[in-house]
Amino acid sequence: MSELRLLTPEIVLTVCMLGIFLSGLAIRSKGMLGLMTIAAAGVTAYLVPSASGTAFEGMFVADAYSSFFKLLFMLTLFLAVLLAIGSRTIREEYATEYYCLLMLASIGMMFMASANDLIILYVGLELMSLSVYVLTGFQRESRWSNEAAMKYLLLGTFATAILLFGIAMVYVLTGSTSIAAVALYVMTGGNTDPVLGIALLAIIIAFGFKIAAVPFHMWAPDAYQGAPTPVTAFMSVGPKAAAFAAFGRVLVEGFGAAWAEWAPAVTILVVLTVAGGNLLALRQDNVKRMFAYSSVAHAGYMLLGVLAGTIAGMQAVMTYLAIYAFMNMGVFTVMLMLENGEERSAYAGLAKRQPLLAGAMLIFLFSLTGIPPAGGFVGKLQVFLAAVDAGQTVLVVVAVIFSVVSAFYYLRLVGTMFMRESEDSVSCSASKTLLFAVILTAFFVLLLGIFPSLVLVG
Amino acid sequence: MLPEFFFGYFACAILGLAMLTVTRKNLVHSVLWMLLLFLHIACLYLFLNAEFLAVIQVIVYAGAILVLFLFLVMLLNLREEHEARRFVKAWQGRLAVCILLLTVIVISVYKAAVQPTGGYSITFINEMGHTKVLGTVLFNQYVLPFLMTALVLFVPMVAAIVLAMKERKR
Repeated sequence: MSELRLLTPEIVLTVCMLGIFLSGLAIRSKGMLGLMTIAAAGVTAYLVPSASGTAFEGMFVADAYSSFFKLLFMLTLFLAVLLAIGSRTIREEYATEYYCLLMLASIGMMFMASANDLIILYVGLELMSLSVYVLTGFQRESRWSNEAAMKYLLLGTFATAILLFGIAMVYVLTGSTSIAAVALYVMTGGNTDPVLGIALLAIIIAFGFKIAAVPFHMWAPDAYQGAPTPVTAFMSVGPKAAAFAAFGRVLVEGFGAAWAEWAPAVTILVVLTVAGGNLLALRQDNVKRMFAYSSVAHAGYMLLGVLAGTIAGMQAVMTYLAIYAFMNMGVFTVMLMLENGEERSAYAGLAKRQPLLAGAMLIFLFSLTGIPPAGGFVGKLQVFLAAVDAGQTVLVVVAVIFSVVSAFYYLRLVGTMFMRESEDSVSCSASKTLLFAVILTAFFVLLLGIFPSLVLVG
Repeated sequence: MLPEFFFGYFACAILGLAMLTVTRKNLVHSVLWMLLLFLHIACLYLFLNAEFLAVIQVIVYAGAILVLFLFLVMLLNLREEHEARRFVKAWQGRLAVCILLLTVIVISVYKAAVQPTGGYSITFINEMGHTKVLGTVLFNQYVLPFLMTALVLFVPMVAAIVLAMKERKR
């Protein structure tokens, strides 16, 4: 029983989820149910730091690493609920199911962050992925949403199958699915085995799919564009952070001693992702699609921290993810507030029409580019420093060059907002909740940029 | 001699049935051949004294997944294979993928740890009984993933409400 104490945050969130699911019978107000979800996220976040240790014969581990990610997931859940309350695409009639799916996905992510066994990792990943597939197709009257969900489901299932294949190969070699057993096997000289290479390749490909790294990013632009914008905001942050949490645990902790074996594959991923994401984003007319490619590129920068293969590298990734959560959620909130926010023309002359919104967007875009004092700069700096310390100077130079390229498409949007006159008046959502979300995220992006010590892990 | 004979029969039958499943143009025929294929695979598990796995193979694959396939075929009314332009027509590519997968599997079979680590040795499993040991492991060591599966199964229920239920009006 005492082992269950470690799982208190997960259990509390599950019970709250079921409670909200049932209360959906009586309560049909999106705002009320949203507040209940936020309360559930708050209680869970409060309980997270007190859990520490391992449970279920070492399969489940609660440590500082998993706690950080769980707090990040609760933050994402909180912001996603705010977006849902303010959005018109999430209809009042389906609010209960929407919040339940968000919470189910968050529970899956929490298990992924705490998984010290590949079976837990796999079941957590499935729980998260299945919920997000449904969320992608949430707007069922929209054909775009249907198509996006279908593509995401098929390619995502393919990726999980490949992950399962890799896990099976690991089991073949070690006779165990525990990450600790993998680490022991690799350290005692098993790292030259060709089967280990196959297992590593399968695992890297599967996680490459989940974090949308080039060349496994094909689903991302369509899924991001077709999904309702509140869902896009959630899925560009939460599942990506969860995949990085699990990826880091498996590669750095499990296969840490076999760094030389997996580094080449990850290096190729980093170069292709940073180059591909940024170059493809340049050519997008649709703003939502552009940010989909931009989040592909950001996964590339973060992979650089994983590639370092050190604790410092993973700490840099965690810092990056925390800042990324605020800036990416912020961008999608602004997009949600503008009517036709996916079109570039909606941003023309925004600075004159909505100075507050334009200012917030400016902060997010500067942060995404990596211009100080916005938070994104701190994240990039940390990741690049960790990679240089690990001897990846050439790759860092490549990443910096493409980060300069990214300035072009981010700042082009800034130009549209500040330089161009609006042709016709584009209306803007009057939702106070969305405005609150924008101000909150913009404030934190700035705060973390000026006082990075708040979020620097280590 | 007799076990070898039966094993040989099942091995050849599985190969033949798999070929039949893949090559049939009529999807319903294809699915029915697959049913026979799964039953043969279940018999092969019995050779390994894995009676629980054999039963699961019949219940889950033959009972549930194939029925799902049949439902889908009937729902889409696909009597004949849909003729569509394929991205990759060359059979060489498909053959290469098959050979690659086969190589990987053969290598890993050779590499597999013959004696499983931990307390569950082959003699122990023979003494206790396959199903009993499996149950003990599942509900003790792997109870957490087992419970998590319940949550995974909850998602399709919510999904059915969201995606397939009749339009809800306030």
